Amino acid sequence: MTVQLPIFMDNNSTTPVDPRVLDEMLPFFKGNFGNAASRSHSFGWVAEEAVEYARERIAKLIGAQSEKEIVFTSGATESDNVALKGVAEFYKDKGNHIITAVTEHKAILDACKRLERDGFEVTYLPVDKQGIVSADQVREAITDKTILVSLMLANNEIGTVQPLEAIGKVTREKGVLLHTDAVQGIGKVEFDVQKMNVDLASITAHKMYGPKGVGALYVRRSKPRVRLVAQMDGGGHERGMRSGTLNVPGIVGFGKAADILIHEGKEESARLFALRERLRSRIMDALDEVYVNGSMEHRLPGNINLSFNFVEGEAMMMAIKDVAVSSGSACTSSSLEPSYVLRALGVGDELAHSSIRFGLGRFNTEDEVDYVADLVLSKVKHLRDMSPLWEMHQEGIDLKSVQWTAH
Amino acid sequence: MAYSDKVVEHAENPRNVGTLDKSDPTVGTGLVGAPACGDVMRLQIKVGEGGVIEDAKFKTFGCGSAIASSSLATEWLKGKTLDEAEQIKNGDIVTELNLPPVKIHCSVLAEDAIKSAIDDYRKKQAAKRAST
Repeated sequence: MTVQLPIFMDNNSTTPVDPRVLDEMLPFFKGNFGNAASRSHSFGWVAEEAVEYARERIAKLIGAQSEKEIVFTSGATESDNVALKGVAEFYKDKGNHIITAVTEHKAILDACKRLERDGFEVTYLPVDKQGIVSADQVREAITDKTILVSLMLANNEIGTVQPLEAIGKVTREKGVLLHTDAVQGIGKVEFDVQKMNVDLASITAHKMYGPKGVGALYVRRSKPRVRLVAQMDGGGHERGMRSGTLNVPGIVGFGKAADILIHEGKEESARLFALRERLRSRIMDALDEVYVNGSMEHRLPGNINLSFNFVEGEAMMMAIKDVAVSSGSACTSSSLEPSYVLRALGVGDELAHSSIRFGLGRFNTEDEVDYVADLVLSKVKHLRDMSPLWEMHQEGIDLKSVQWTAH
Repeated sequence: MAYSDKVVEHAENPRNVGTLDKSDPTVGTGLVGAPACGDVMRLQIKVGEGGVIEDAKFKTFGCGSAIASSSLATEWLKGKTLDEAEQIKNGDIVTELNLPPVKIHCSVLAEDAIKSAIDDYRKKQAAKRAST
């Protein structure tokens, strides 16, 4: 078995650029460096043509009716901000109520907090143990003041896929706009803005084997036509929705990344699902006290989030330091609070501290999965031998009955 | 966050991992921290003639810095008298391991564990004296 170290298994945080993507980008750093907004010479025309081609490919990937519905941005954080603040500002005379969920990305939650300071009311829906928000919850939360529902396609930490199609039926019926942060799920699970009645969608290139620093916001143009107030003032690019010179090489790469997913996405998801299940079963068959966080049924194919009871997440990451993963442990965050997503599922703080997220991607191999599984097994055993909690558990002591000295 | 070489070294090769007999009157046990906070340390000392610490063992549930702090503490404890052991301060551990501010609580926990183990030993000894 030959694997090259370090192994990158953190594809929910970012993905490497596919070499085919880079190949298409390179000419736009060299001879084709024109500004897509330059209408009077061939440098500009070449750039504009390349941007429009990318727009078509991205529109096709998400089932948009027109490439004009794609607005390029710097990434999903910007897309989320423009969607929420832009829609809120435009529709504020219609209503001031927004619905989202507690497990959303910080780009959504913090934008909502800002809107609350500006006088909007936000409902943060709770999730069930799997991290799912139901269409009924959305229906019950909608009031005559509701203008927007924002729920992610798939969660970045636990990989839970939301029932967007059912939620979209409710929002359409109620005449409320539906935004989704689709970053994690795009090209991995089914996503079609028409079928799901999605009105706005945030996506980013760097989670789909494209470059960092480029993303898009899908903005529906008909049935209904979505309006928003631009959050950046300037030259009126992107039909007035996002000023700023377009990142032409990035957009070209984004387009190629979308095209690869159109052709290979389905096959790739099946392969990642098989690899993920191989990793999960090899670990869980051999170890006791390992828990899956999130849903097994409604889950991104390449994601698995496991809590190794009695082993702290950061110590685990250090022990497997040749493998890049991430943890919901407090020690990996600057706040010293464990993951708010795991807490929202009702996962106890002990298990949240013990969680590890494995994110499999396009370039991971079966040999790597086997290497990681073996390494995890040996390191968990090693760390448990060092854990007073494991010893107490082995002795039959109920850890909940112990008087701990919280600090 | 990058770890200091000393933290990595202790975390990868922890010294004195293990368990001493809790019921032994010459053994003092300190169990500090809480699972919900992400770190629990158990530090044990075995005290010999003249109040000198003959052996020290630990087990820690916690991050690499917590493991390194407790590993270092056991190293320092061996051969010290109880009075000397009480002088070990969390700041000494921070300096030795080059812990960043966000990890200072790991060293505090180690200091607490030392104190708690010494306390436990002294209580046992007092109880022994009282019963004889």
